[in-house]
Amino acid sequence: MKQTKKYWKGLEQLDNNADFQERANKEFPDYLPIGNEDGEPSRRDFLKLMGFGIAAVSLAACETPVKKAIPYVKKPETVDPTTPNYYASSYISGNDYCSVLVKTREGRPIKLEGNKLSSISGGGTTPQVEASVLSLYDQERLKAPQIDGKEVSWETLDSEVSSQLAAVSGLTIISNSIASPSTQATINKMVEKFGAKHVSYDQVSFSGMLDAYEAMTGSRMMPQHDFSKAKTIVSFGADFLGTWPNRTGINKQFAATRKLGKDKQDMSRLYAFESNLSLTGSNADYRLPIKPSQEGLYVANLYNAIASKIGGEQVKVAKLHDDAVLNKAASDLMKSKGESLVVSGSNDVNVQKLVIAINKLLGSYGSTIDATKSINLRKGSDSEFENFVKGLNSGSVGGVIFYNCNPVYDHPLGDQIAAGIGKAKFSLSTSDRKDETSSLVKYMAPDNHYLESWNDFEPVSGYFSLSQPSIRNIFDTRQVQQSFINWSGESVSYYDFIKSNWEAKLYAVADSTAFMSFSAFWDKAVHDGVFEIPTMEDQPEIVVDLSGVSSGIGRKYKVDAQGLELVLYQNNSVADGTQANNPWLQEMPDPITKATWDNYLTVSPKQVDEWGIKIGDMSTQKVKLTANGVTLDIPVLPQPGQAYGTVGLAIGYGRTVSGKVANGVGVNAYQFAGSEGGVVDFTVTNVTAEPTGEEYRIAQTQTHETYMGRETVIQEAVLKEYQKDNQAGRSFPKIATAEGYKKPYAVSLWQGHEYPNHHWGMMIDLNSCTGCGSCTVACQTENNIPVVGKAEVLNRREMHWIRIDRYYSHSEEVESLSGLAKIKAMEKASENPEVTFQPMMCQQCNNAPCETVCPVAATTHSSEGLNQMAYNRCIGTRYCANNCPYKVRRFNWFKYHDNEQFDTNLAMNNDLGKMVLNPDVTVRARGVMEKCTFCVQRVQAGKLEAKKDGRRPKDGEVVSACASSCPSDAIVFGDMKDPESRISQLLQIQVGEKSVESKEPRAYHVLEELRVMPNIWYLTKIRNKDQESKTDKAHA
Amino acid sequence: MIAESSLREPLVTGGKTVHDVTVDISSRVEDKPSKTWLLAMAVSLATLTVGAFAVASLLWEGIGMWGLNKTVGWAWDITNFVWWVGIGHAGTLISAILLLFRQRWRMSINRAAEAMTIFAVICAAMFPVLHMGRPWLGFYWALPLPNTFGSLWVNFNSPLLWDVFAISTYFSVSLVFWYIGLIPDFATIRDRATNKVSAAIYGVLSFGWDGAAKTWSHYETVALVLAGLATPLVLSVHTIVSFDFATSVIPGWHTTIFPPYFVAGAIFSGFAMVLTLLLITRKVYKLEDYITIQHIELMNIVIIITGSIVGIAYITEFFIAWYSGVEAEQYAFINRATGPYWWAYWSMMTCNVISPQLFWFKRIRTNLAATFVLSIIVNIGMWFERFVIIVTSLHRDFLPSSWAMFYPSWADVGVYLFTFGLFFTAFFLFAKFFPVINMAEVKSIIKATGEKK
Repeated sequence: MKQTKKYWKGLEQLDNNADFQERANKEFPDYLPIGNEDGEPSRRDFLKLMGFGIAAVSLAACETPVKKAIPYVKKPETVDPTTPNYYASSYISGNDYCSVLVKTREGRPIKLEGNKLSSISGGGTTPQVEASVLSLYDQERLKAPQIDGKEVSWETLDSEVSSQLAAVSGLTIISNSIASPSTQATINKMVEKFGAKHVSYDQVSFSGMLDAYEAMTGSRMMPQHDFSKAKTIVSFGADFLGTWPNRTGINKQFAATRKLGKDKQDMSRLYAFESNLSLTGSNADYRLPIKPSQEGLYVANLYNAIASKIGGEQVKVAKLHDDAVLNKAASDLMKSKGESLVVSGSNDVNVQKLVIAINKLLGSYGSTIDATKSINLRKGSDSEFENFVKGLNSGSVGGVIFYNCNPVYDHPLGDQIAAGIGKAKFSLSTSDRKDETSSLVKYMAPDNHYLESWNDFEPVSGYFSLSQPSIRNIFDTRQVQQSFINWSGESVSYYDFIKSNWEAKLYAVADSTAFMSFSAFWDKAVHDGVFEIPTMEDQPEIVVDLSGVSSGIGRKYKVDAQGLELVLYQNNSVADGTQANNPWLQEMPDPITKATWDNYLTVSPKQVDEWGIKIGDMSTQKVKLTANGVTLDIPVLPQPGQAYGTVGLAIGYGRTVSGKVANGVGVNAYQFAGSEGGVVDFTVTNVTAEPTGEEYRIAQTQTHETYMGRETVIQEAVLKEYQKDNQAGRSFPKIATAEGYKKPYAVSLWQGHEYPNHHWGMMIDLNSCTGCGSCTVACQTENNIPVVGKAEVLNRREMHWIRIDRYYSHSEEVESLSGLAKIKAMEKASENPEVTFQPMMCQQCNNAPCETVCPVAATTHSSEGLNQMAYNRCIGTRYCANNCPYKVRRFNWFKYHDNEQFDTNLAMNNDLGKMVLNPDVTVRARGVMEKCTFCVQRVQAGKLEAKKDGRRPKDGEVVSACASSCPSDAIVFGDMKDPESRISQLLQIQVGEKSVESKEPRAYHVLEELRVMPNIWYLTKIRNKDQESKTDKAHA
Repeated sequence: MIAESSLREPLVTGGKTVHDVTVDISSRVEDKPSKTWLLAMAVSLATLTVGAFAVASLLWEGIGMWGLNKTVGWAWDITNFVWWVGIGHAGTLISAILLLFRQRWRMSINRAAEAMTIFAVICAAMFPVLHMGRPWLGFYWALPLPNTFGSLWVNFNSPLLWDVFAISTYFSVSLVFWYIGLIPDFATIRDRATNKVSAAIYGVLSFGWDGAAKTWSHYETVALVLAGLATPLVLSVHTIVSFDFATSVIPGWHTTIFPPYFVAGAIFSGFAMVLTLLLITRKVYKLEDYITIQHIELMNIVIIITGSIVGIAYITEFFIAWYSGVEAEQYAFINRATGPYWWAYWSMMTCNVISPQLFWFKRIRTNLAATFVLSIIVNIGMWFERFVIIVTSLHRDFLPSSWAMFYPSWADVGVYLFTFGLFFTAFFLFAKFFPVINMAEVKSIIKATGEKK
């Protein structure tokens, strides 16, 4: 018999006597000490048992929440918790493009940075680029393909669509401009296979310019402009800084011409002739408000002025009454011949022809304009699109595919398209959500978000870039290009398709010595995100033919047309409305009006008075506006600089089917646009407006318009004075002491701080800041800043850590006044003001007034010069915010996360949205104060990285989110203790034991006289004017 | 006992005897509550309830319930705080300083004035707690308590912390002072008590007072010592409260004149509030013989003096703003008088500086109705003074980009009402259950012979 081993707990078990057996069956085998010696339970026993019982029951009642943390079975090599990965990619939305780096944490994209390797977009971002990462996590995206509003599988959709496509005739694919060669190739496959037609349009049409180039060069294109080479720029209603394709690149180029320093004592001069005060106009040295009905005449007169000097046929047009600024522009343009640039935002082909003629006379081609390279981001044709709409309604378009576009909303013929979609037998949309167009079609084949997609781009001919997925599809979506390939009956994956395209077209022309194989080439391209092979061709011949121009101009433009005119514009926050459901964009203050969550009529203050509209503190009234047969009630916003007789209205608002954030915000301006004769016209004449008396409130983040002549806030000068004295415009406050007047920093109660290792600082160049607002959204993304909604912005409680203060120069009447009347007059902006943008955030004071007043020491000074906030120590007395002279501290008035009352704060109120939160930054609780931290998490990460390598952080390793996003390099961040750092060099920093001093003549501290000693320097604003305007002198 | 001058007006009229005093005052405590009292109590409790709803929603939802914003971080909260603290100055001033100066006219008013002080300070203390974003932590984190967070300690540089010490010290000393004074009177009520419950309660409250000569001697010594302790506090509390503003950098706050100006303002508003309350008590409890026109006139004189000091302070601020040459400071004061809150400034000027000047006329300062109206106007004015200092200084400071308006919300009003409800509920309870006039002291100033006129 097999012996089984036996184990005993003890000798008792081995003995197995009766006593043991009895006890072995009890739950508590040992003698429980209940009862005294008599066996009676004592009071103590009772209490013991009670205590145990209560504890046991209550413990058992606590349910431990189940948290699932599932480890990787096979951990991807590069994904380490807490360590971010960066992937090069390309932002695309509608027809907007930017080369980016995607920052992912634990597999989630959380932040976008500009790709510094791209010479096209230049390494900066726009607010839309920054915000787009939140759109990825929008719950209202379509979660699966749909047929007639019912979710189906891709197989079902594919089989139905394939059979429909085979049957349909007159298929048309509608899209925005396609800048992607491979996408275009897949569309071409569809076109070939089904005999389809591809029509593209742009929300803001450049058709006029494209047609003008077609007429003069033979190819329909928008050439590449190089603003960095321009010394004189004249813009006729072209908001190149705010809305032009690739505006990150343009901002960089333009800002480069505005920078001044030891070695560069000259800057460009910008003239702007426009109706609305645009971002470009607000950066202009000379700006003239004109009516759109005069624009053509201004361009023609400029042409004549130049042609009369340089030589060229004159155009017969009416003379202007007041052409002083225009003549000045003409003489400057001719002075800087070869380094001049004239641009126009007009969609009138005649005006664009004149602009080409002027540029040709000025020798801009080959210098400031490169006609060998076309910008592929604007290729839409208004006339083709109009034909499509006609065809749709006449029934000749049997099927229509809307490729990531929404013309029902964003085209003036939207109504006709909406009516016509039903007539097509086949209708399909690839939109990522139910929108105005896709809600009318039968089939929905939702596209991936661009962060989930492979794609390639050629934004400018010769400059390629790639888009790679940085997250797996969140929903059951599929890339449109893949759908196109599938439907055309091929089986290649889009990724392989792009690769083979690149191998065939780009690898073939790439420098063969640089790469071992195609895969090495491809890896490099994917890693860099860009591949650039600029073509070196001769400038195409431009045949100037101005026949018919003068009659065209004469017909359309009048010297002094009466009647109100409407100018539609794209603002810099919601832009064309594609991303309107993004709360970060809705809450971003418009750079000019500082209004959020709305569009409104921008009206000249004179007109507002004439209408008898009383403007209160953010309160206004609506007017009934009728243009092109559409009538709507729209609120009025007085806009200094708006040409009298014109009103402006931003596109991108008035979405009806988009999502809970965008729906019902503002009115749809696209429907006012003219579309006669195959030209979309954003300027409308013969507009009527009458006050309705209906009250309305517009949520602005800044309501005071001028800086009240306070030289300690804004220091500015004109170029000539700067050239004479680099300290021109500087203000040097003095403090009276017993020993006479002293510099503020020479008087102190404080001991000062020692900075043994680093001393972080920032420099903001008021001259290169164009006010675009990328930094505001970048900061919001990086630092988990909540969105509070319109009602709370009206309560003046927006949370942005960095804001851009926008100041207008005050009215001219100030000069003749004195005393109280003068102060009152200073509060009013000039009719056509000079504009100054001043990014404002925590100044990280070395003697911070906030630090001394906190009763619990929740805000303290670090040994690296940072003013730190300990959120979990803060008790919320708000004393620090009151005592902050810069008013940059933000208080959590409510709980903004996980709170239904703030459901537009998408990033904190649903599980999907929360994926965008930066795990390195705390989401702040209700009742605590917060403010700019100088991106302390980035500082810390940079230091740790350096420490691992046993070295000091290199300059450029630690960059704050705002500085990194800035397309114009206006913000420079770095260590002032590092003499080699860019900031030390630019500011010519001299480090003392406990202080730093800047020797840069333009550098100043805002509110120096308070001697809070900020770590942020501003560089004076220099305007390239012949003389200081009267208004500046007045306050001196 | 005391030799009476035949020239000096008696402080208590009506030829009251010592026994009359006992009966007049004690019977208020012993009688059943009157209908007027019940009505007044009902109104106070109703106000308290409505206010409590505002407080509850403030605590539940957050400080956003108030009308504050990114630019104006304090408004009604700290205005009310300073206002109530100011009101809380009169009691101790009357009891302590007038005791030290041997002003015997104080004796019939000091009890009520001290009670008012206690309740006003309680109301004031609500705001520093309620105005915090996280009061559930702040109420004890603001104290220098040993803790397990490591070296985490309060910031002794912060005037808010000084406030914590100043207010709590002032409150404790005032409370002890007031209570010690009550003990002999509680004993009187205890001895007169006809039912066991009140005998027991007042017995406990009177701490076993035995009326022995030695006890009286101790009592008077303690009163003097406490008066000595309380006197500097009268000056220090509002001085420290004014540091909240004076030590900051904000134009309109950063002003060295604040300490004396705040103390004068506090006495000004405190006396006005004492007058408001006493005129009602006097009428309802028929205490005309104890609180005479002479009292009222003397208090009105204090009001003219302090009101004029405050007026001079207002003018000095303007002078200094001009003289300093500081741009932001100059604008801050011009903005006060002519900016969007001009109405608050001119309400303050009218109520605080102009209207009290009417008291130069003897007919007005001895007229009960006029005194009553003006005493209320003074407190309206003093509320506006704090509102002007806090809100108009903050709403337009250094950077014009942040300039903003403040609009109060219903919760601002509600929380203010809450403190009114609290104050009057406490005061009416005091008036019913505690002797409103210091019997023991008043007995020392009536004619020993007690002849009826």
